[in-house]
Amino acid sequence: MLKIENLHTEIDGKAILKGLSLEVRPGEIHAIMGPNGAGKSTLSYALGGRPNYDVTQGSVSFNGADLLELEPHERAAAGLFLGFQYPVEIPGVSNVQFLREALNAQRAARGEEPLSGGEFLKLAKEKAGLLKLDMEMLKRQVNVGFSGGEKKRAEMVQMGILDPKFAVLDETDSGLDIDALRVVGEGINTIMRAPDKGVLLITHYQRLLDVVKPDRVSILANGRIVQTGGPELALRLEEEGYDAVMAAEAAHA
Amino acid sequence: MPEVAELHRPTTRDEAWRYADSDFIASAEIALLNDWRTITVPAGETVCEVKTHLSDDGASGMIDRLRVHVGAGGRFEAFAILGGGNYQRVEIEVTLEEGAHFEFGGVTVGGETKRQEFVTRTIHAHPNATSNQIVRAVHWGRATGNYLGRIEVARDAQKTDAAQNFRAILLEKGASANAKPELEIFADDVLCAHGAAIGQLDEQAAYYMAARGIPPQLARKLLVQAFIGDAFVALDDQSSREMMVERALDQLAGATL
Repeated sequence: MLKIENLHTEIDGKAILKGLSLEVRPGEIHAIMGPNGAGKSTLSYALGGRPNYDVTQGSVSFNGADLLELEPHERAAAGLFLGFQYPVEIPGVSNVQFLREALNAQRAARGEEPLSGGEFLKLAKEKAGLLKLDMEMLKRQVNVGFSGGEKKRAEMVQMGILDPKFAVLDETDSGLDIDALRVVGEGINTIMRAPDKGVLLITHYQRLLDVVKPDRVSILANGRIVQTGGPELALRLEEEGYDAVMAAEAAHA
Repeated sequence: MPEVAELHRPTTRDEAWRYADSDFIASAEIALLNDWRTITVPAGETVCEVKTHLSDDGASGMIDRLRVHVGAGGRFEAFAILGGGNYQRVEIEVTLEEGAHFEFGGVTVGGETKRQEFVTRTIHAHPNATSNQIVRAVHWGRATGNYLGRIEVARDAQKTDAAQNFRAILLEKGASANAKPELEIFADDVLCAHGAAIGQLDEQAAYYMAARGIPPQLARKLLVQAFIGDAFVALDDQSSREMMVERALDQLAGATL
């Protein structure tokens, strides 16, 4: 469903991704792990079309469409959701207004009728409940005054409301305590675990993968995928560290 | 305040007129330039004035000068939008007695070569009075938004609490904004906070909205809405508040968002 081939990106003239190839099939949760500075966040921003993350080479096809040809808001309407490592604060705009505008813009782009205020609030209440986020929080300004954990939970509520086909989640587990991690992990399972959906889950830690069990695990290092395996690869990384696992792989090759 | 003894034609060499449209003040009728409305707020009472000066008003130039005296414990509130004219100026001079309050929220919004300005002079003449001015400016084309805010605190006006905040967003290169905060304080136990910032729309927030499916033009409109909303937060009446935000946003129709 998502096929990345030979992706190269530059930020301010500096090469970050250097020929990254990766495929995620429908129904698959694919974890990406890797040392700091490997290019994990750059991968998520390149997929999300963030300005200044220039793709210089390669292709990304998403459900048969050329993802890189689409504007960021068109990618969202096509069903791509980008979970931010650092969700952005928008003073003066409430979560409810933000998400209703977002959902209805996506629906309009897909030729669907907009949701009424009442229909939207019902949906928002349901998804907030799923993530154990107080509905009052959704009436407040987007991410303003939210703790790190609340921001991540709010991101998952957004994902629940927008109901994407594919989610790229960039360190959604950072800043979460153990209870919040479980709630967020179960939220990901409920919202995204489906035969026609896919997830690219960028994380440093096994603990999120204990809840959201990945089908595949890839190691991203120095701008490329250097190794792909099953869930056991993440466990080995947790135990032995990136250097040891990658060195063993290099010796094996 | 002393009555104006003779009619004076201001020029841009006058501090309070330094950013004004020089053609307009050179050619406008001198009586108009010297005309002041007056409002007296009795002690303990509240007067609120909500005004819009919009592009469809058709005026090529507009000056509204208002002199207000607020009695002890009274409250004067003014909220205004400048959205039209080649030159628009709203000037408010308020004298506060003990424990009185002056609240002002203003928005200038315009493109082309429009020049819009708010001028406030807040006189804390007695102790324990409070004041707050919030002005937001959104401009494009070659338009200019100005805020000249003067706060005077008399010698015995202890426990004065005055605040002033101006922020401008320039949607295009070529637009400009001028801020001229002035504090003249003769008492020693007072709080006077002021801030001014001129910048662009928050691109990070715009991208965050895009990542959720909101097209760029709508994202920018929402961000401008949030920005100007600050000026009307203190407007208690919800329908007036929403009307003011909507009127101001209507002015964006000609903007390159």
